Amino acid sequence: MSPERPRIFLVEDHAVFRAGVRAELGDAVDVVGEADEAGAAVELITERLPEVVLLDVHLPGGGGLAVLGGVHRAHPEVQFLALSVSDAPEDVIAVIRAGARGYVTKTISGPELLQAVYRVAAGDAVFSPRLAGFVLDAFTEGGAAVVDLPLDPELDQLSPREREVLRLIARGYTYKEVARDLGISAKTVETHVSSVLRKLQLSTRHQLTRWATDRRLV
Amino acid sequence: MLGGVCGGLARRSGIDATWVRIGFVVLALFSGVMVLVYALAWLFVPLEGEDTNVFARAVEDRRGIRLVAAVCIPLLIAVQLVTSALHVGFVGLLGWPTLLAAGVVVLIWRNAGESERSFIDHDVMPLVGAGPQREGRRGLLVRVAIGVALGAAGIVLLVEGHTTAAALRPVGGAALVAAAAVVVFGPWWLSLVRDLIAERQARAMAEERAQMAAHVHDSVLQTLALIQRSADDPARVVRLARAQERELRAWLFEGRAPGSIGDDVATVAQGVGLLQRQVEEADLGIAVQVVVVGDCALDEGLSALLDAAREATVNAAKWSGADQVSLYAEVEAGAVTLFVRDRGCGFDPEAVAPDRQGIAQSIRARMARFGGTAVVRSAPGEGTEVQLAMPRRPGDA
Repeated sequence: MSPERPRIFLVEDHAVFRAGVRAELGDAVDVVGEADEAGAAVELITERLPEVVLLDVHLPGGGGLAVLGGVHRAHPEVQFLALSVSDAPEDVIAVIRAGARGYVTKTISGPELLQAVYRVAAGDAVFSPRLAGFVLDAFTEGGAAVVDLPLDPELDQLSPREREVLRLIARGYTYKEVARDLGISAKTVETHVSSVLRKLQLSTRHQLTRWATDRRLV
Repeated sequence: MLGGVCGGLARRSGIDATWVRIGFVVLALFSGVMVLVYALAWLFVPLEGEDTNVFARAVEDRRGIRLVAAVCIPLLIAVQLVTSALHVGFVGLLGWPTLLAAGVVVLIWRNAGESERSFIDHDVMPLVGAGPQREGRRGLLVRVAIGVALGAAGIVLLVEGHTTAAALRPVGGAALVAAAAVVVFGPWWLSLVRDLIAERQARAMAEERAQMAAHVHDSVLQTLALIQRSADDPARVVRLARAQERELRAWLFEGRAPGSIGDDVATVAQGVGLLQRQVEEADLGIAVQVVVVGDCALDEGLSALLDAAREATVNAAKWSGADQVSLYAEVEAGAVTLFVRDRGCGFDPEAVAPDRQGIAQSIRARMARFGGTAVVRSAPGEGTEVQLAMPRRPGDA
């Protein structure tokens, strides 16, 4: 299901952490390059076109958002997995809305990070419990009543099943455990999560943009 | 909604509880049999987590039966006497089943589970004006005055209904017999009432003891267990013992309960944040990952929910061996749910000795006192998840 040894690129300003990630992922991936600031990252990624970019959200030279902005439109085939020490909603939401396929915190274990990389390389989404909780919060009924935005019912609401999946992820379940608990296949869980990610990126719900605009990130 | 029969059925069959309820109500409208089925199921199916049903406990309840008999039998005799004296025997015929039903209801109430009892106390009693909340002196006066006035009016009507004074004589006779009953049965009734009061006091004391045991368990016993486990680290032992000593002194001599989370914060989200800090700072070597969806103000029940959640989290830290525990809280319109999950060693919930306080007192009983529920899902090697749910009192949006 996942490509053999996906080609990945590391964007991270702490050399120690870069070395740590390399060691943890080991031979399972092919690290094709590294960068420690946004400008160099955009250049190198455009040149080497890796499958997955591990992207630190906080970077000198404009942060992870600048990297996403510089690469994503021209090369949508390059997938981004955001990595950060921060779990603040405004960080999470900004990079996801800018096109990242997933978000994990730096406390993630090596095997879990590898799983996440495979998943993103295969075009699926990766949700941390925190991100799942945030999405549930933002999509809760009545939340959008603050403004008179015409909501697209297709994009601005979660289906009951998607809600259930997100709840379990927020409770700390892995995708496999979610699948077992709901009696569906792991592939179906991934489909639900990917569709939530799509909604998250395209929805016009006020809450989703507020974090970013408040902090002049958009 | 009432006895939880539909909810239980729904959980077993996998059908949404709302549909089961709708089905029940529709069937009940067409024939009364469904109502009977519901009542029987409530009586005979044990509550989740209990091993006796309401009926079995009611039959065992000797004192309750004695009480019901002592009140019902003389009352029945009195009703028969009065109605036959007034030549309205059909009222007496109605009296039989009514009294019987009332007696059975009392028995069921005495033997209902804690969560059912809280449902009755909070939701049904106010309807008949007999809730646990104290009514003021004035309320009592008004009630007695209205009662006396109605009674007097009734007697006047009865007397006027019979034009001849002779009709008064059977009423007088009935009153005499009633007085005789009071004289004969009076001491018995008094002793029963005294029994009842003693029983209520005993129950209050047992509850107090349970609360105290929960406190002692949460603080002292937890700390002692930690000290045993870190016997090879003298500095840590001293630190733990110091902190516990301070807390115990504050509780015993200054009357400050060892920190209920609700004392320090105002909302659920803040409470969960405080819980996370407390557990991570308690030196247990575990990280608490927190996700909160929605928020609302705390009340007694929700504070109990947070305290139970803290207990579950500390348990995970102490016994699971995992280095991380996930805590997820969701505030919904009708209830707050909270999940504490670890990926540690897990255990067999059936194999826990009944005298272990942790889950029984600090979590289950604490939740049940305010109408909440606690379910523990665990198996050896599978990790543990504690699922807590507490209904929200209407009005605190």
